[in-house]
Amino acid sequence: MKVLIPIKRVLDYNIKARVKSDHSGIDLDNVKMSMNPFDEIAVEEAVKLKEAGKVSEIILMTVGPKKAIETLRTGLAMGADRAIHYVSDANLEPLTIAKLIQKTADKESPDFIIMGKQAIDNDCNQTGQMTAALLDWPQATFASEITLKDKSAEVTREIDGGLETIKINFPAIITTDLRLNVPRYATLPNIMKAKQKPVEEILEADFGVELSSKLKILKVEEPTERSNGIMVKSLDELMDKLKNEAQVI
Amino acid sequence: MAVLVIAEHDHKSFKDATLNTVTAAKALSKDVEILVLGNNAKAVAEACAKIEGIKTVHHSDNKMFEHHLAENVAPVIEEIASNYTHILAPATTFGKNIMPRVAAKKDVMQISDIIEVIDEATFKRLIYAGNAIATVKSSDALKILTVRATAFKAASHTGGSAKIASLKTTHKASSKVSFVKQALSKSDRPELTSAKIIVSGGRGVQSKENFDLIEKLADKLGAAVGASRAAVDAGFIPNDSQVGQTGKIVAPNLYIAIGISGAIQHLAGMKDSKVIVAINNDEDAPIFQVADYGLVGDLFDIVPKMIETL
Repeated sequence: MKVLIPIKRVLDYNIKARVKSDHSGIDLDNVKMSMNPFDEIAVEEAVKLKEAGKVSEIILMTVGPKKAIETLRTGLAMGADRAIHYVSDANLEPLTIAKLIQKTADKESPDFIIMGKQAIDNDCNQTGQMTAALLDWPQATFASEITLKDKSAEVTREIDGGLETIKINFPAIITTDLRLNVPRYATLPNIMKAKQKPVEEILEADFGVELSSKLKILKVEEPTERSNGIMVKSLDELMDKLKNEAQVI
Repeated sequence: MAVLVIAEHDHKSFKDATLNTVTAAKALSKDVEILVLGNNAKAVAEACAKIEGIKTVHHSDNKMFEHHLAENVAPVIEEIASNYTHILAPATTFGKNIMPRVAAKKDVMQISDIIEVIDEATFKRLIYAGNAIATVKSSDALKILTVRATAFKAASHTGGSAKIASLKTTHKASSKVSFVKQALSKSDRPELTSAKIIVSGGRGVQSKENFDLIEKLADKLGAAVGASRAAVDAGFIPNDSQVGQTGKIVAPNLYIAIGISGAIQHLAGMKDSKVIVAINNDEDAPIFQVADYGLVGDLFDIVPKMIETL
């Protein structure tokens, strides 16, 4: 089985986002960038399935600046076979990304696509579902367990009330939730090996989809900080404050 | 033209987040309609008709809607979408699963998880785990939105007298996807996303057994039980209790964080709570930076005493 994994380079999850002083966006100069954590989970799952002999080829794709090649190399070092890099400095929106994934899927004919349920930068949680709609494929979002069957999969999904299991027929899209697995760290030999793996570069002129944004960001600002709280010295003081000052119990 | 709210429900009653979504819809138009797609969900349609200010409830019953599979629900919304300027759903796992499918089919860029309506095309939403607020303007004729329930007041569930219109659909259930099973957490406690008080436990609680302490305190306070990712990952408590950027977003009157360090991903889910209490033995824990009242100490000493005094 062939798997396609769209991944995204984002501000590292440990770094606090800082709003640019002109309120045009988030300052991403000279900060650590990493693979979106949910995408790492997607790569890990595919690599595990390959190690189990159920998947034969793992193709990564990303849409992003030149430097996003580093993120692709990380995925290749984890165990993916090859990668496609749509090179663009533009801040493309999920619908455009979904169209690029659709094009790639049309060309590569994967049995399934697995990707993060959301990117931790724009927190949209929509690219996987949009891609599924464009391809007319079934979707299993927020996956916490995947059991591959012949030409289908049973996927357990994390939903608001608990867990739900659905069966999707391939080709299909799966988006990953946190508890699907714990991604591995790439080993040094694998990082070296990843440098030899093929990465196809596609330039904007050859994307073949409209790149203009339908959603314009007018302003990015910091949320109002919570006013400073106090430290209480004892449980008695805490209970008193909750009863008489805050009046919440 | 009207705006449409997609009701979230369990075929018996609508979920509270539907009411918050209605409030967001009312900020866009006086003409708000609700769509109920269910299986024997007449009671839901009737309850929706009573929500204040609703003109029409469209109701369709079909076995294929039983499990709210996106492949079966989205095509029906797509079909009637051209009657509306805006279509809104709660930003719950229900709404998040379905709405982007509708948006892509209509070639619309969805606006996810809005926290404020500025005008009919301009909205505020949080990005980067709530560390920034983006004001975005849509150029699409049809706007597809998911709504962060905690950012909007609940509409009154009484006082309305909408007409219920039966919606006929010619769509067939998708053959590409099927429901297998569900394991829903059963609890007599209030629902996390609408609870007035939440008691949340983290890694500091140390074990599944110790989590009883969190639950006991919650029961004393009539509170819901929440958790940090660490506690869920460690198996102390099921996934649906996770509060945070990618879990549930909550804003109760009182949020008591016990043994939770306060990673930004957790803060993203609870920092709009009215009053935040943090109990942690690490005085440098980031949770204290957002807490209104912080108490440094051993939770195994403090929490049992707290239960006693209540």
